[in-house]
This record gives sequence, structure tokens and C-alpha cells, in this order.
Amino acid sequence: MSDMLPDPPERQALLSVRDLAVHIRTDAGLARILDGVSFDLPPGGTLGVVGESGCGKSTLLRAILGILPKGAMVPSGQVLFQGEDILRKPVRGRIGFIPQDPFRSLNPVFRAGDQLLEGMRRHAPGTRDDHRKKLISLFNAVQLPDAHNALDKYPHEFSGGQRQRLLIAAALACDPDLVVADEPTTALDVTTQREILALLRGLTAERNMALLFVTHDFGVLSAVCEDVAVLYAGRVAELGPTGNVLADPRHPYARMLLACHPDRATDLIGIPGTVPAATAQPPGCRFHPRCPIARPSCARSVPEAVRIFDGSRVACPFHADALPEVALV
Amino acid sequence: MRKLLRDPVASLGLAIVLFALVVAAFAPWLAPYPEDAFESHLLQRLKPPSAEFPFGTDYLGRDILSRIILGTRNAIAVAVAVVGASMLIGVPMGLLAGWRDNWVSDVLMRVTDVFLAVPQLILALALGQLMSPGLGTAMLALSLTYWPFFTRTVYAETRRLRGALFVDALAGIGATPTRILLLHVLPNAAPAVLVRATIGMGFTILTAAILGFLGVGAAPPSPDWGLAVAEARQHLPESWWFATFPGLAILLLVLGFNLLGDGLRDVADPRLRRSR
Amino acid sequence: MARFILRRVLLALPALLGLVLLTFVLTRVIPADPAAMLAGDAATPAQVAEIRTRYGLDQPMWRQAVTHVRQVLTGDLGSSIFTGRPVAEEIGFRLPATLELTFVARFLSVVLGVPLGLVAALDHNGPVDQIVRLLSVGGLAIAGFWLAIMLQLLFCMEWELLPLRGRIDVALGVPPGFSGLYLLDSLLAGRLDLFVDALRHLVLPAVTLCLPGLASIARFTRSGVLETLQKDFVLYARAAGYSPFRLATIYVLRNAVTVTVTQVGLLFGALISGAVAVEAIFDWPGLGTYAVQAILAADYKALLAVTLVVGVVYAVVNVLVDVAQALVDPRVAEQMK
Repeated sequence: MSDMLPDPPERQALLSVRDLAVHIRTDAGLARILDGVSFDLPPGGTLGVVGESGCGKSTLLRAILGILPKGAMVPSGQVLFQGEDILRKPVRGRIGFIPQDPFRSLNPVFRAGDQLLEGMRRHAPGTRDDHRKKLISLFNAVQLPDAHNALDKYPHEFSGGQRQRLLIAAALACDPDLVVADEPTTALDVTTQREILALLRGLTAERNMALLFVTHDFGVLSAVCEDVAVLYAGRVAELGPTGNVLADPRHPYARMLLACHPDRATDLIGIPGTVPAATAQPPGCRFHPRCPIARPSCARSVPEAVRIFDGSRVACPFHADALPEVALV
Repeated sequence: MRKLLRDPVASLGLAIVLFALVVAAFAPWLAPYPEDAFESHLLQRLKPPSAEFPFGTDYLGRDILSRIILGTRNAIAVAVAVVGASMLIGVPMGLLAGWRDNWVSDVLMRVTDVFLAVPQLILALALGQLMSPGLGTAMLALSLTYWPFFTRTVYAETRRLRGALFVDALAGIGATPTRILLLHVLPNAAPAVLVRATIGMGFTILTAAILGFLGVGAAPPSPDWGLAVAEARQHLPESWWFATFPGLAILLLVLGFNLLGDGLRDVADPRLRRSR
Repeated sequence: MARFILRRVLLALPALLGLVLLTFVLTRVIPADPAAMLAGDAATPAQVAEIRTRYGLDQPMWRQAVTHVRQVLTGDLGSSIFTGRPVAEEIGFRLPATLELTFVARFLSVVLGVPLGLVAALDHNGPVDQIVRLLSVGGLAIAGFWLAIMLQLLFCMEWELLPLRGRIDVALGVPPGFSGLYLLDSLLAGRLDLFVDALRHLVLPAVTLCLPGLASIARFTRSGVLETLQKDFVLYARAAGYSPFRLATIYVLRNAVTVTVTQVGLLFGALISGAVAVEAIFDWPGLGTYAVQAILAADYKALLAVTLVVGVVYAVVNVLVDVAQALVDPRVAEQMK
């Protein structure tokens, strides 16, 4: 992958997030949800984003999709998609979206077809009939039972797994170059999860679509993503090839996270302190109040990304000192 | 409270209500001609607004401004009595109906539904006429038609709260249902009841004015606002001030209570500002 | 859908029976003696007793109640004990007048209230929102009878633009037709002059009557839209590239109005109550004026019938509301199964 620093990408990235910051004004003060986030995603690449709840994963997705909440400010940074800055002018149709909760992402009072065709009507060429045919063929591709009649059913007539297949089909409907998925399988049971993941991976690979995948499940991550970015408190802590990061994390945070929860990125229970509120981010390295190897300088300056041998980037100057035992305080 | 004051529209409501309360409390001292509650001066009847009579005089030559000031006390007293009585009936019924799912709660809620289906004004009119018409009857009729709203509110709150963890915990340590309902559920339902009561004040003042207008509420020579509008009808369009100012008084006071209730609702339900 | 409707009708029946009994109790237990009022102040005790026997008022209360319910169930509303005319006939003449007025008023409150609520929600906490808020709270605070008089003062007396009272100019005649709804009948008969005249008579009462409903509907629509806007599916639809206009109008509004539709039904009772004062002021020959006359004359037969008819209208409207809801939201019909 490339650098956190906004130097020109080595090759034409499909999606390039550069020094992105998103702040939201709240009653409790300014919430700095994202700060200085950078990464590139090449065409056809797959990147997983992991982190605890509240680390800014969803906001990152919303920034890319152009659906930031009202009142969100972008004090710095760019999101380039095929070279266009999509923060200022969101693109539709060329980025597919698979939402987290298939149960709540479809409007209960409209037929499935009416909802899924609306996006195509505006962003895909062809007539409504072409669109219907295309969706039905996609329904078959995602192995949705009774694909032919699915368009005329209401959301409550589908099971959770079926709805998620429906939404995957919808995400692919406009032939996007990038599919963004927000923990698309957490609402489903384990067997269904596995099928859906295999399907998603297969379909995007086959069509050479890039995939940006938010999850807190390391198992899912290793099954789907070539690269992974670990987010902590709105910053990228570590970014690198999935296998290497999972096997040998370098950033103290990633290390503790994996040591505590080898399966999922959930809260660091048993580690002193809590994730800082977005309105009260500590100065310097945002992890330093909880970090076992923190030094006085960590509270003063934001750590620069360090590139290590396999091309990974670690946002900790002392990562070499992060010996395995620190994870097991 | 501080949240309420930060909301300009709700503060306006609070200011109107406080102003009306002051006027009601000191009415006999504030009114320029306090004796005009009962005395008539036929020589100066139907005078247009002037420096002497800012809102003009009515068909018996009484100062309309004075009668509006004197009528404030009645309007607020009726509303307090009606809302109080409705709460006395409605709140216990809501607690009882919401606590358990059994035939008692079914019966109570069906009765409530039936009372809600009765056209309020017609019932109030019927009662007002069949008993001797007057302020007391009007108050009874209004109470009889307003309590279901409190039952509905408290019922919903009780049902929501009875599933809460702390209620289970209290039952676990052996608190009796009565104790739980009165000491724990009721205080939690209080904000919703308060909001309902504030809006009920406005609503009651309005309905009482309609009863007064239709001649089954306050009787002459009471300085009732609704009654005044009714009396003014025969003197239109010449004496426009006679009908206009008492009506404006109703509008202002009801508006005050409604704005205040609206603001209170925001404070009580911060999840969705100004939701329902 | 037919089964759904049937079920809803059956569910409404116990409440109606309760209403029949309640109105009976309320009008008869109260200390007023219709026989004495009917006989007049100068009547002898014997005359009063005779009247009492004739109308069955000497029977035990429970038997009167049973008789009353049986008569109502067989469609016999009895004769007015005051005018002697069949109550059903009088109501048959007056019901269309009230229905026409209330439906037009309700129509106005919906077509004005829903867009107002929508624009308020889209400008959440902004200036438009605050203005709509003041308007809607004010709409609920204004006394209908006073507004009616003010409108008469301006439009009828001062500027002489609109007629002061009644449903139609009697010099023009009454529109021929079956429904008794003058707007409909005159259109069907092709009498445009009558239509315009009926409309001119209708404007002020309808505007007065629509205001409280308009205010409530604007508020409920606003909160419904705000609630819906927070749903995941709105976010999803935005990401999927819905046009903002379509999203706000069709996509969100359809969910939001389910609450509003319920309110339209629940507020219908208040609407009919409101009609009493407004009908009195505009001399509208509807149920409201009839009810006031019945009350003033202690005509309990007529009063019971009016309350019953109003209750039935209320029940029918609420069944219609449920059907409308089932049409808007497929899950409602599902739940009833």
C-alpha cells in the first residue's frame, strides 16, 4: 500500500483518502471523530478497516459515500475516487454500498423492487425493464430463492440472510468500481455469514471491483481482505497486509487488541482506561494514556507513521520496543 | 429549567403564563375600574377604545379591559380545578391499568376508549344543560371528558417502566406493588403528566370559553371571556372591540400554556427534540 | 383485505355498544325530568304522569336502557319528544350538512398540514421550523367561535365578500341530488352556479374548522418525518443515490404519515365537537345546531340519537383510517392476521 503522508500515489489508486479529518459540533464540544486518516485502495484491491466501536469506522464510510451527518465539518483532507474529489461532490452509482443491518436498511412500506430500482433509475443506463432484468440476474447470482418474484415482495417477506443477499445484489447493480461494506454480516447467524462472505468475495473478484470492508471480526478480515487498517480514536494506528498484521502486530494498541480478543475487535476489557470520548481526545498520541510503553514525548507530538520491512505502516516511533509481553499486562 | 429558558419560544410561553398569574392574583388592584365586574353604566355603553377605556366599553357600559383582567382569575381557576380533578381520576386509573395485563386493565382501557369516543363538547353541553347550567357544571363536564388523556399518558409510561430493570430489582427485594407504583413509577411518569397537564390547562381554558360562549358555562354578570364574545355578537359590526379583545385574551393565555407545554415536552423528551 | 376490514368492523362494535349505554346513562341519570319540561311549567301532576307513561319514563331505569338499546339495534331512533318528528328523518337531513363541512375542513387540514410539517422537519430547528411551530401551537390556541366571528366581521360585514350564514342562497334553490352534499350534488347536476354559491358559503366555516386539525397534523407529520429521517433505511437510500427531493417527499413521508393517519381518525371526534360552535355561528343546518337545540329543549331522544350517530361516524372513520394504514404500510394488515 502507500503512505500516510500525502505524497503522490505510486500508481493510480482507485480510492485515495488523504489526511482526512471529520469533526462534528455537539453539545459536549467539538467531537474530533477522524483526524489525519490516509490510505490508498488500488483497483480490485480489498482493504479491511477494524477498530472498537466509536473509533470512527462508520464516519469514514459515510465520508466516502457522501452521506456525512448534518453538521459534520471536514477541516482538512480529501477523498479522491478515480482522481475526483468526492467529498465536495459525491459520486453515486460508481460506489456500491452494503449496509450493516439488513433488517433496518429497507423501508418497510415499499416493495423491494421499488426501492432497489430507484438508485438504478438515476445512475444506470437503460430502461426500467433492463434494470429489472439486471436485478433478477443478480438475484440469481447471489442465490436469492424465488429471484423472479423478489422485486414485488415487501421487505418483511424476506429472511435476514435473504435481505442481505438482496442488498448485495443492489450494491452491484450499477456496476460500481468500488463496493463499501459496513459489517455486512454481523446481524446474521454464523453459517449464513460464511456463505454471504464467500459470495461477496467471489462476486467482487470476478467483476474486478475493489472492496472496502469494515468489520470487527478478525476471522472475517483474514477471509476477505488483503490489507487491513487498524483505527484507534479516529486515527490509523497500523496498516499493512492482513496476514502480517494479524500474526505480528507492531502498534501497541493492535498488539493489545489482538492479545485480548483473538477473534474480534471489541473493547479492551482488562486494560486500564477507556477509549477517549471524541470530544476529549488526548494530545499527542491518542493511545498514550493507556499505552504500557508510553514515554513523555508521546503526550507532546502526534507520532509519524513508520514504514517497516513488509511495507506496513505503524503510527508509533517505539513500536520496536513493543515486545510481545506488553500485550499481556 | 435552564434548557427551557434557552428555548425562545418556550420562554415566551412561560412569560405569558407568569404574566397571567400575576394579573389573576392582583386583578382587583390592576383593573382600572374593578367595580365594573358587576356595575353597569348605561350612559357610556359601547364606547370605542379611548384613553379612558383602552379596549372600549361593552353593552352595559363596563370597561372591557377591567373585565378581561378580572376574568383572568376565573379562567385560570377553572383550568386548575378541571386539570386537578382529571388527574385525580386519570392518574390512578393509568397506573392500575398499566401495571398488569389482566381483565382489570382491559376493562379500564376500554372504558377510557369509550369516553374518548364521546364528542367532548356535546357531552359537556348535555351535562351543562341537564344539570343547572353554570360554572360548576361546566367544570364537572370538562373533568369528565379530560381524564382519559391522563389515563392514556400514565398507562403508556407505566407499561414502559414496569419492564425496566429497577422495577424488577425492587420487586426482588420485596417492595409491594403499591409502593413501587407510587414511589418509583409515578415520579418517573411525572414529566409526561406535567406536559399533559400544561397542555390541558390551555385546552380547558379554550373549551370553557366555548361553553361560556354557548351559554352553558359562566353566567352573567360574570366577566367570562367566552360569554363576552357571545354578548358582543348582537353588536357587530359596529362595536368590533367588544368581541375582539376578550377573544384575544383567550388566544394569548391558551397560547402561553401551549407554548410552555411544548417547551416542557422538549425538556422531558430530549431524544427527539419537540417530537410529538 | 376484505377479512381485515370485517375484523376491524367487528372490533368496533363493543365500543359502540358501550357508547350507546354510556350516553343513555349520562342523559338519563342526570337530575332533569324531561316529562316535567315537556309538560311545561303550568302542567298539573297528572299531566306530567301521563306524559311519563306515554314515553316509558316510569319504567325502571334498566328496562328503559334495554328498550333503548333494542330500539337502536333495530334502527329505530324514535321520535323527538319535543317536535314529535322521527329523529332519524331529521338527522338524515342534517348529517350530510355536517359531513360536507367536516370533510372539507379535514381535507384542508391535511393538504395544508402535511406539507407544513414536512418543510418544518426538513429545516429541523431552523427558522422555518420555528415559524411552523408558532403557527401550529397558535392554531391549537385560537378559539374557533371567536375566529369565526372575526372572519365574519372582516369578510362578510366589512368587505362584503362572502355570505354571512347558511349553506346556500335559498333564492337559488337546493341542488337536486341524492347525497345531500351540495358540492357533489350541484356538480353532478351540472349546476355550476349552485356549486359556486355552496362553495362561497362553505369557505369561512371550513377554514375556521380546519385550523386545529391543521395544527395537529403539521406537528405529527413533523415528528413522524424527523423520526423516519433517523432510520437506517434513509441513510441507505441516500447512499444508493435517491434524489433528495424524492427521498424527502415520497420515501420518508409515506412512513411518517402512518402516525398522521391515525391522528386524523382520533381527531375526528374533536372536529365534530368543534363543529357545534362553528355551525351555531354560521347557521349551518347540521348536527351541531341540532344537538344544541336538542340540549336546550331537554330532548333526550334526539340527543341520544345525535351522540350515537356521531359515535358511528367516528367508528366508521376509524375503520377507514385502519384500512388506509394497511394500504400504506403492509405490516399493519400482517399483524391483524
